[in-house]
Amino acid sequence: MDLVLFYVFAAVTVVASLLVIGQRNPMYSVLLLIGSFLGLSGLYVLLDSPFAAVTQIIVYAGAIMVLFLFVVMLLNAPREDPPLRTTLPVSIGGRPLRVGAILGLLFLAEMAWAVWRVPARAIGGDAQTVDTVSSVRQIGVELFTTHAFAFEVTSVLILVAMVGAVVLAKRNL
Amino acid sequence: MPSLNHFLALSAVLFTIGTAGVFLRRNLITILLSIEIMLNAVNLVFVAVGRQIGSVEGQIIVFFVMTVAAAEAAVGLAIVIALFRQRETLNPDAFTSLKW
Repeated sequence: MDLVLFYVFAAVTVVASLLVIGQRNPMYSVLLLIGSFLGLSGLYVLLDSPFAAVTQIIVYAGAIMVLFLFVVMLLNAPREDPPLRTTLPVSIGGRPLRVGAILGLLFLAEMAWAVWRVPARAIGGDAQTVDTVSSVRQIGVELFTTHAFAFEVTSVLILVAMVGAVVLAKRNL
Repeated sequence: MPSLNHFLALSAVLFTIGTAGVFLRRNLITILLSIEIMLNAVNLVFVAVGRQIGSVEGQIIVFFVMTVAAAEAAVGLAIVIALFRQRETLNPDAFTSLKW
């Protein structure tokens, strides 16, 4: 059952991501990426990590993608006009698309080889591991004790990013 | 129950899709979206390996990666807005003034 769910969520994520890079209208790309994030969130739940799943929805789909949508609608982002109109994009898109597709397949083959060299490891299912991994309390304890410095530094990082974004988007720089 | 290799293979596929999007698309916003796809692929690896070794460190790293991704998306989009104001286009081929 878990395997079926894995393939369902994986299929949703991969198909949505392929459509993101295949769409010409950036608004559709953003909405499809939200769909991809929903698939990933399901995969996190399968991995007994509900905190990561919920954070993915709240932060990524709920904040970052909304920011993208704001910018797409603010700029009235034009559709791009590449010649990807026919059913054979590799032959029509020109030389860069052909080379890019071939390089992309080579890259995927290399990564697949690297991944499958790892000896098959099952994900253990004893109850104690599941309790440790899925416990938000455990995440809080680790986050605020072992990684407290990184946590405070990310707050400075967000402040810097906020100031930078406001300054960069000003009308008269 | 899917094994770790399933998750690693899926992450490899997602990372490749993101990389292909960054190199092949001629729209700045779609390039930024492809970068987000790559970051999500890496997040999946972190959570999967964290689950495998039975530690919450995977999710903590994912927490930080998401924070950094949010900050980078904000600044990147501000840059896109500034660029759009200059040239009225989102095609990266229009911004070639640094080319020699």
